[in-house]
Amino acid sequence: MTELLRLDSVACIRSDRLLFENLSLVLNRGDALWLRGPNGAGKSSLIRLVAGLLRPAAGTVERRERIALIDEASALDTELPLRRALDFWARVDTVDGHTVDRAMDEMALAPLAEVPVSMLSTGQRKRAAMVRVIASGAPIWLLDEPANGMDDAAQARLVAAIAKHRSNGGAVLLASHFALGIPDLAELDMGALA
Amino acid sequence: MTALIALFWRDLRRAWGSGALWLPVLFFLLVATAFPFAVGPDAPLLRRAGGGMVWVAALLAALLPIDRLVRPDKDAGVLDQLAVRGFADEVIAAVKIGAHAIGFGLPLMIALFPAAALLAQDASRVELLATGIAIAIPALASLAVLSASMTANHKGGSAIGGLLVLPLAVPMLIFGAGMLDPSGRGAIKLLAATSLLLTMVGPFAAGAALRGLRE
Repeated sequence: MTELLRLDSVACIRSDRLLFENLSLVLNRGDALWLRGPNGAGKSSLIRLVAGLLRPAAGTVERRERIALIDEASALDTELPLRRALDFWARVDTVDGHTVDRAMDEMALAPLAEVPVSMLSTGQRKRAAMVRVIASGAPIWLLDEPANGMDDAAQARLVAAIAKHRSNGGAVLLASHFALGIPDLAELDMGALA
Repeated sequence: MTALIALFWRDLRRAWGSGALWLPVLFFLLVATAFPFAVGPDAPLLRRAGGGMVWVAALLAALLPIDRLVRPDKDAGVLDQLAVRGFADEVIAAVKIGAHAIGFGLPLMIALFPAAALLAQDASRVELLATGIAIAIPALASLAVLSASMTANHKGGSAIGGLLVLPLAVPMLIFGAGMLDPSGRGAIKLLAATSLLLTMVGPFAAGAALRGLRE
């Protein structure tokens, strides 16, 4: 089974406004799709719809595998040291400490393990959220503006993590204002749908 | 299952973190201390009215932290992350109710004894109070999580939240305080039945409210 995600003529209505309709897409193993478009085009709504957090007004969303999501909220307890905040999600996802260690190395966060989440910058929190996504082991990644606040080095690590995930048979749905320099990236212009 | 245990401990840690453990206790004792000043040091009067006062204070103590129960988790995206992982909203609500029942119930039971002493309650009435409040704690936690879930989208939600659940809590006040009356023999059974009903309905009602937060 190579197909991980299928959307069939999906429509999305947010507060009485039709954001898009008749949207169909398929993500297979190894695929990456870039959702582009201006603010308000429905990129984040599509991500939430795929994540199951919104119900489509029409059409069907089929998820064949587990999902990991990044959105604007980091969902990390700000009063805890970074490592303990990530350990909570590791327990929820039932993955062991080594997996978290490796993911932290991948995003170069190991030196910040003991720093409280409240002291981290925007970019560092995004990297921490990426650690949660990587460690979760979910085959489908939904990344809503994952590079916000990231510096060039962190962006390079993000691109590398995405490449590694794809080569391991995962798929990525990415909503972003700008291309991150990801090779072999399919595009969906949400602005053209409205 | 490990995930739910992790969730339970997280809620408990956040309830008791940064000294918040003592908040309902302090509030409860504050009421018990202020009440004799307000009605005067007449021991028979205190004994008669004090038991009901303990019940009112217990209800308010349960509602005290409703700002903290759901809204921070919603704002931080924790609820969304749990939903993405396929946890049913009812299960999340049930775990939150359990954690709140322990988080505020345990300190409340401890605070009950000094509070009862301040209100001139004798040993037999303290026993009735402790039994009644122990029975009511799961239902009080249920109501608190329910109102917290319903008001998590609104600023100043805790004030509305109190108003929302007050009518549901009234039967427990009546039967709980009724237990203290010498003629109130059946009150404990009615209290238990009310508590059981609210505790059973709570996760489903709160779960529906949590689902509504995402729309």
